[in-house]
Amino acid sequence: MSIPGTLAANPRLDRWVGFETTGMVRVAIGKVEYGQGALTGLAQIAAEELDVGMHRVDLVNPETDLSPDEGLTVGSMSTETSGASIRAACAEARSLFVAAAAQKLGCPPGALEIDDGVFLQDGEPSGLDYWSLAGEVDLTVAPTGEVAAKSPDRHKIVGRSFGRLDLPAKVFGQAYLHDMAPAGLLHARVLRQPGFKASLVSLDEAAIRRAAAPAEVEILRDASFVAFISESETAAVAAVNAAELGAKWQDARDLAPALSETASLKELPCQSFPSPQAPPEPSNRRRHTAGYSRPYIAHGSMGPSCGLALCQDGALTVWTHAQGVYPMRALLARVCGLEPAKIKVIHSQGAGTYGHNGSDDAAIDAAVIAVRKPGRPIRVLWRREDEFGHEPVGTAMHVELTAELDAGGKIADYATEIWSGSHTGGRGRCLAETALGLPPGPPPAAPPNLPPGVRFSGGILNAIPSYDIPVKRVTEHVVQAPVRTSSLRGLGGPVNTYANECFVDELAELAGEDPVAFRLAQVSDPRARVVIEKTAQMCGWDKRGAAATGRGLGFAYCRYRDRGAYVAAAVALTVDTEVRLERMWCVTDCGQVINPDACKNQLEGGMIMAASWALKEQVKLGGAGIVSTTWDDYPILRFDEVPPVEVELIMAQNERSVGTGEVSLGPALAAIGNAVAHALGARLRDLPFTRDRIARALLAG
Amino acid sequence: MGGRCLIRDIELTVNGKARRLRVEDTANLLDVLRNQLDLKAARFGCGAGQCGACAVILDGEDVAACQLEVGNLEGRSITTLEGIGTAANPHPLQTAFIELNAGQCGYCLAGILVGAKALLDRNSSPTRDEIAQALSWHLCRCGAHNRILAAVALAAERMSRRAAA
Repeated sequence: MSIPGTLAANPRLDRWVGFETTGMVRVAIGKVEYGQGALTGLAQIAAEELDVGMHRVDLVNPETDLSPDEGLTVGSMSTETSGASIRAACAEARSLFVAAAAQKLGCPPGALEIDDGVFLQDGEPSGLDYWSLAGEVDLTVAPTGEVAAKSPDRHKIVGRSFGRLDLPAKVFGQAYLHDMAPAGLLHARVLRQPGFKASLVSLDEAAIRRAAAPAEVEILRDASFVAFISESETAAVAAVNAAELGAKWQDARDLAPALSETASLKELPCQSFPSPQAPPEPSNRRRHTAGYSRPYIAHGSMGPSCGLALCQDGALTVWTHAQGVYPMRALLARVCGLEPAKIKVIHSQGAGTYGHNGSDDAAIDAAVIAVRKPGRPIRVLWRREDEFGHEPVGTAMHVELTAELDAGGKIADYATEIWSGSHTGGRGRCLAETALGLPPGPPPAAPPNLPPGVRFSGGILNAIPSYDIPVKRVTEHVVQAPVRTSSLRGLGGPVNTYANECFVDELAELAGEDPVAFRLAQVSDPRARVVIEKTAQMCGWDKRGAAATGRGLGFAYCRYRDRGAYVAAAVALTVDTEVRLERMWCVTDCGQVINPDACKNQLEGGMIMAASWALKEQVKLGGAGIVSTTWDDYPILRFDEVPPVEVELIMAQNERSVGTGEVSLGPALAAIGNAVAHALGARLRDLPFTRDRIARALLAG
Repeated sequence: MGGRCLIRDIELTVNGKARRLRVEDTANLLDVLRNQLDLKAARFGCGAGQCGACAVILDGEDVAACQLEVGNLEGRSITTLEGIGTAANPHPLQTAFIELNAGQCGYCLAGILVGAKALLDRNSSPTRDEIAQALSWHLCRCGAHNRILAAVALAAERMSRRAAA
């Protein structure tokens, strides 16, 4: 048996689990909660493996030095990677306790069972439990990799819907970093550069102080990093608002609004990675080509990013809602010029981020101020216009697809050519370092566990649709986007799946086949077939009406990243001048399900976010950067526009558990695209499906 | 731009209690609730009345606290989520939200619960559409909408049953 990756990287059982408090189990993980419910599922895995009730699991809030280093909480990987490590660590800890108990009782380990932490010998209480044995069992040891975890058929806690551990506090109005107000707190706001190269010429300090009055405001300036610090939050906000109006900059960015459109991607400088396959031989096969796109998308966190920092006696403590405490410490060390040992990073929950938004930046902002102004806690909260205007957005993508059908009407050759900004390039960088004029840091590290010779790019995830296709070709052009881009839920996966699964409907039409039958004819994996067939059943696919009636039913399927969850989705909608969603369905096989309701919550949420991207969202560029800086400029789907969503899970409890956070977006996007095409009898390929685009498609048809 | 504001004393009723406060009269109610009264449930989301995260009930109506200048609120009555229910004494809405896991990151929930409370005060058995309409100025980015709609309906049903009993 091998030792799971993050356990091997933190190879001491006591880093993960401990029994220091009677009746409680300390479980430490390196993944963070941001609304996805990861912690509850990981607590379930620990409770299951140790045979203790859920109420005994005390999850340690992620903090440098206290928690194992599990990098970033990204990629729908928490349950898979952290879950595997917790399971293995708890199984090993349990076996050490069982061995100690068996020795004490003079019985074989096999005679022992554990019930809610109490050791039973031949079914009777033995007088021992985890806590009475804790002093005798050494958990400072490395994992052996030789202890088998419980077999899934004996699971009592894994596979059941437990309520989210973090939700009650949120429903009673507490829980976030944003709410922390330590004694002596100072509020700060930061003036942002109008573009990476802009340098500050002058500030209208008198106007700033007038705006902040009657409260005092301190103006901290270091190169082009400017912060306004005050006892009064109202004054700090007034100060930055006034500063923005009066600041003079040199070399401010000036973007053409046309850069908002995906057509611009092909014109931007890029690095190309052509397909290693030789181009196809000329043939008589039927050939089809189409291009699809998604514009720049905002993470659109409900809570603007927040950071809290205190510098005292040369040591820095930072509270952050970023996606990992250790990567944040490395970034802080570089930007603040401190030894990592002098920095403590404590995770505190924030609003959902769905990827890399302004979270890192706000923490760095607070720290940069705190080290220049030691002794009092500094709280930076971004304004809404900072969050929309200065977070790294999800990149625009343009995807061109070409396929050849063989004589039997099956896909014989499939080529994908992608133009995309970077999906991960914003990692490990921050706005403050540019403003301070620091040299750029090293490029972000490649993700761990990548086979040698394989290039990771978020842009090529799910570049080829999930069917039995003999020849596959992927070419990627990584363009230099005009604004900062970084990871957004699913990276390129959902966009590629959107393009591919709409294109597959086009190919079905070319082959004269029903879209679901066309898919089933080219997928042999039985788990894939099950989700496709079940979804078709749920949505009443066999009663699908004629095209071009204004009413549409669309379908899509994908295996996430070719190794994760099997997901099929269907969408019913109507179109007149705009799209009205009526219902959405989804069937997912994510292997072993830890918490069914939590999985469903993620899948539902993913579909609704996808619907919002599909119908409404586009970051608008112009002038110094992003000009869509309010919710009026950047509308998202609202309560009265959200359709009922029905989700079913295949409980494949003996299969590897894979994540669900990102997996439903691609199929949902494509099912909407296909439903719109069905309703209109004409295809829209560029997202979002605005009123204007619908009108043009109808006129062209 | 001249000086921003005057400092004055005002009296408000907050969660049923009379509160006398010294405020900058153009300070917004949200900052006063959070920073002066230590009521942290209403949240800053946009500062423009566009997202609903800071909703409070002002004399029976749900409004965006970020859009109210506190100097104009002399004598008015304000209810925040803290005044609706607590962990020790939860409102049926809060119980239903927890039960149905109606939320993900939860940042929007305080405002939405306030909006739902204001709705149930005027309409004790709203339909799904009526709930959706009433909450349509509240944004939720995680996509927990359907669970939230179901939780409001569940709470309404339980409250009606209790009222009838």
